Amino acid sequence: MTYIIGFLVVIFLVLTIMVISKMRNVLKGVNSTSEPTDNPEGNGWNAAMFIVFLVLGTVGFVWSYISAEKSFLPEASSIHGRRTDDLFWLSMGVLTIAFFFVNFLIFYFAWKYQYKSGRKATFYPENHKLEIIWTIVPAVIMALLVFTGWKAWSDITSDAPKDAEVFEIMGKQFGWYVRYPGVDNRQLGNYNYKLIDNQNEMGIDLSDENAFDDFISVSELHVPVNKPVLLKIRARDVLHSVFIPHMRVKMDAVPGMPTKFWFVPDKTTAQMRSDLTNPDFDYEIACTEVCGRGHFAMRLRLIVEDEASYQKWCAEQKTFLETYPEYLAKVPDNLKAKAMKYVPALGTPDSTMVQVTGASVGTSASLR
Amino acid sequence: MSVVETGIDAVVHEDENVHHDEQNFWRKYIFSEDHKVIAKQYLITGIFWAILGIAMSSVFRLQLGFPNADNSWLKPFLGKWIDEAGKIDPNFYLALVTMHGTIMVFFVLTAGLSGTFSNFLIPLQIGARDMASGFLNMLSYWFFFIASVIMFSSLFLQMGPAAGGWVIYPPLSALPQAHPGSGMGMTLWLTSMTLFIVSQLLGGINYITTVINLRTRGMTFSRLPLTIWAFMITAILGLISFPVLLSATLLLIFDRHFGTSFYLSEIYIGGEALPNVGGSPILFQHLFWFLGHPEVYIVLLPALGITSEIIATNSRKPIFGYRAMIASMLGIAFLAFVVWGHHMFVTGMNPFLGSVFMFLTLIIAVPSAVKAFNYITTLWQGNIVFTPAMLFSIGLVSFFVSGGLTGIILGNSALDIQLHDTYFVVAHFHIVMGAASAFGLFAGVYHWFPKMFGRMMNNTLGQVHFWLTFIGIYLVFFPMHYIGIAGFPRRYYQFTSYDFTKSFTDLNMFVTIAAVFTFFAQFIFLWNFFSSIFRGKKAPQNPWRSNTLEWTAPVNPGHGNWPGEIPAVYRWSYDYSKPGAPEDFIPQNVPYSQTLESNLPHENEQISMEAEIEAQNFNDQFKNTH
Repeated sequence: MTYIIGFLVVIFLVLTIMVISKMRNVLKGVNSTSEPTDNPEGNGWNAAMFIVFLVLGTVGFVWSYISAEKSFLPEASSIHGRRTDDLFWLSMGVLTIAFFFVNFLIFYFAWKYQYKSGRKATFYPENHKLEIIWTIVPAVIMALLVFTGWKAWSDITSDAPKDAEVFEIMGKQFGWYVRYPGVDNRQLGNYNYKLIDNQNEMGIDLSDENAFDDFISVSELHVPVNKPVLLKIRARDVLHSVFIPHMRVKMDAVPGMPTKFWFVPDKTTAQMRSDLTNPDFDYEIACTEVCGRGHFAMRLRLIVEDEASYQKWCAEQKTFLETYPEYLAKVPDNLKAKAMKYVPALGTPDSTMVQVTGASVGTSASLR
Repeated sequence: MSVVETGIDAVVHEDENVHHDEQNFWRKYIFSEDHKVIAKQYLITGIFWAILGIAMSSVFRLQLGFPNADNSWLKPFLGKWIDEAGKIDPNFYLALVTMHGTIMVFFVLTAGLSGTFSNFLIPLQIGARDMASGFLNMLSYWFFFIASVIMFSSLFLQMGPAAGGWVIYPPLSALPQAHPGSGMGMTLWLTSMTLFIVSQLLGGINYITTVINLRTRGMTFSRLPLTIWAFMITAILGLISFPVLLSATLLLIFDRHFGTSFYLSEIYIGGEALPNVGGSPILFQHLFWFLGHPEVYIVLLPALGITSEIIATNSRKPIFGYRAMIASMLGIAFLAFVVWGHHMFVTGMNPFLGSVFMFLTLIIAVPSAVKAFNYITTLWQGNIVFTPAMLFSIGLVSFFVSGGLTGIILGNSALDIQLHDTYFVVAHFHIVMGAASAFGLFAGVYHWFPKMFGRMMNNTLGQVHFWLTFIGIYLVFFPMHYIGIAGFPRRYYQFTSYDFTKSFTDLNMFVTIAAVFTFFAQFIFLWNFFSSIFRGKKAPQNPWRSNTLEWTAPVNPGHGNWPGEIPAVYRWSYDYSKPGAPEDFIPQNVPYSQTLESNLPHENEQISMEAEIEAQNFNDQFKNTH
């Protein structure tokens, strides 16, 4: 590939030198005084170049598009994503017509009305009717685009349906933490940034009983297919941004101001793997707000699966408390009983376990 | 032409007897208050920054196009920023990207473009001896110079210059522990920009005041060339919007050094929970983009004004729709202040705001379209001379159209969800703002070089420079749209972390090669520019056969621009190829009484006012050069 590029560069240089030498030939015939000349040097060449550019540019445009479109993202895997994609290509279609038409006029006029000695330009300073026409026509087209866009935007940014699956995704330098509400009470517990430490990276507030069944993943976001997914997004150090290209999802993660975005994924990972005949395909989540050195490497896998598989996976995950049973100490006494449910390993002799207060040890044994 | 030089002796002014001593070298060339010298100072400084800014882009494009290459050959320039394996340090990559943006937007295309041409052309085209305040003008350059020195010095810090993107969003830019460049690098960036803003405000006030107060006799607003309209509107934009950037940076300085929480809230970083609560990073973004959006018009409008002038002159036709051009510039300027939120659609701000900003953003496309159509109609049935200036102006119109069209996509908030912070945005603004304004800069230099230096630049080299650059820029930025559509995010050091960014490696390589090629092509211009200053053919007084007033001044205008009386103006500056006229141009200072053969009916009626125009004397600047 490099050789092709190198070859093209050489061709370019050769063309350049040819152009320059041709210019020099034209120059030789021109007088060398500094008076404004009647026959501008090289005018014909430049006029011709505009047409050459027009032709080669059109060819280049078409060829490059055909070549590039293979590498575009596959069809969107979310409902709103297909809607915005359709709008995008419709708009691009309209704009491409304008692009060709207007650029054609620029280059064609430049060539057609090149200087001819003896000819006089047309003194044509204004035409109010024309101005009004080419004000109104773009305005109408623009209004249509705005209206369709506004409808889509309003729907996309509307409140999530009540039955949406909720997930919390927190960005940090340089990775993502995903917190799941847990299989029991389906509610995310509160958090407080002041509680963040090396184990409790998301600052889960264990005085909220909803937090007891929460579990965390740093490598993947599992969601069920064909159900609304609501992402509650935050960041703990600097600005990040959650970007799910295949789902056409993007929302900034702001320290101090939680944001959200909801969507409906309707193609499972398995289905994508089959459709794209790529057994290694994975939906990916990337950071898209510059956040420092590792900004380019904040990858999180997104796995979309059927409801049963999703529930099964959730049930297999260890809750936060289960992973760090020592945090039982942070649970208020009146809720300790409830919390113990989520720490099944408690009571077994394990040197890694931190001492728990006597009362809870007693109760945990009976709850086993 | 009709201005007869009266015997100055006949009119006795007291200050006539005050003989100005020949100024010493320092006052004449360094700390000069002459707008023409100051313009050249801005131009040279702008060129210096442009070389640096484009070189930076070549370096980070090398990283993107050839991620596995061994860049050890850059070690003499970049030292420890190239590691043992020959790879560019990822922190430094972000610094390069940040400084490239800062340098090009502010130092090259704001100071270098407005500073050069507003300074050079305003007095000469409106018929004034100099700016309203030569002293403030001189200060404006020297504040810019100091800002430049400070920004340049930040490049040599051990921890590196600022690296949070040219938009320097907090908390990344507020917390040194978030990125090494957010330490002293950011402090110097903020200091430099504060002084830069002061420089722009001083300059802007001067431009506006001069245009309002020092127009020559007969130069009504409706006879002003479009360049002046553009420069004045640009200055007003700057005057209103730069102070808001100043406030944004001031609050950032407070957050960084005085423990406040304007932008910071609930942050845990470097193993500690910071005490700040209550602030919002979104506040910074609002304040920044309140300047940021008008800023892109501050960058673009002077280029559009210059293009109007050059296209009319070289088509030998009046600019089509003079009044529509003014109205559209006013419309763009007004709307520029109410669209900033389109940079923030996915920041988490209230979606209702997103809808509002989308409506307003798509409205601003309409006057922009009008301008493009007017340029094209000016070409229609013209008699076009392809001077390098004309070529760059035509190229600008193409960039403005192509880049502007993709703006319509990005202004649509629903579509922006996928495209925000991808290479689609990078392609869009480079074409519509970067390339278009750079072309305005080139066009202006080629066109007014004879007036600035009394010599001509080499025509052939100029034409070659144009074609190589025009083709090169389209080759660089056109394919970038595809990369953006494929979802590639901005400010990524490399694309190896994701499957969805594994494609387009060849295209990225191609873009890099085209970019480096285009960079090298600029050396044709540099050679042409500098060697023509000393060895160019001597210029005639009006090499482009143009109507505007600057060409009635001597080839090398001295202090005071016109040696005798400043010409009075009787008509607009677009009487090209007027039916009935013997030549294909009629300069502004030719009265209607002398062009009876080509006057339109309403123009004949103005002949009676000529004596009145000549008798005007709002201040004594007209008669004496001082």
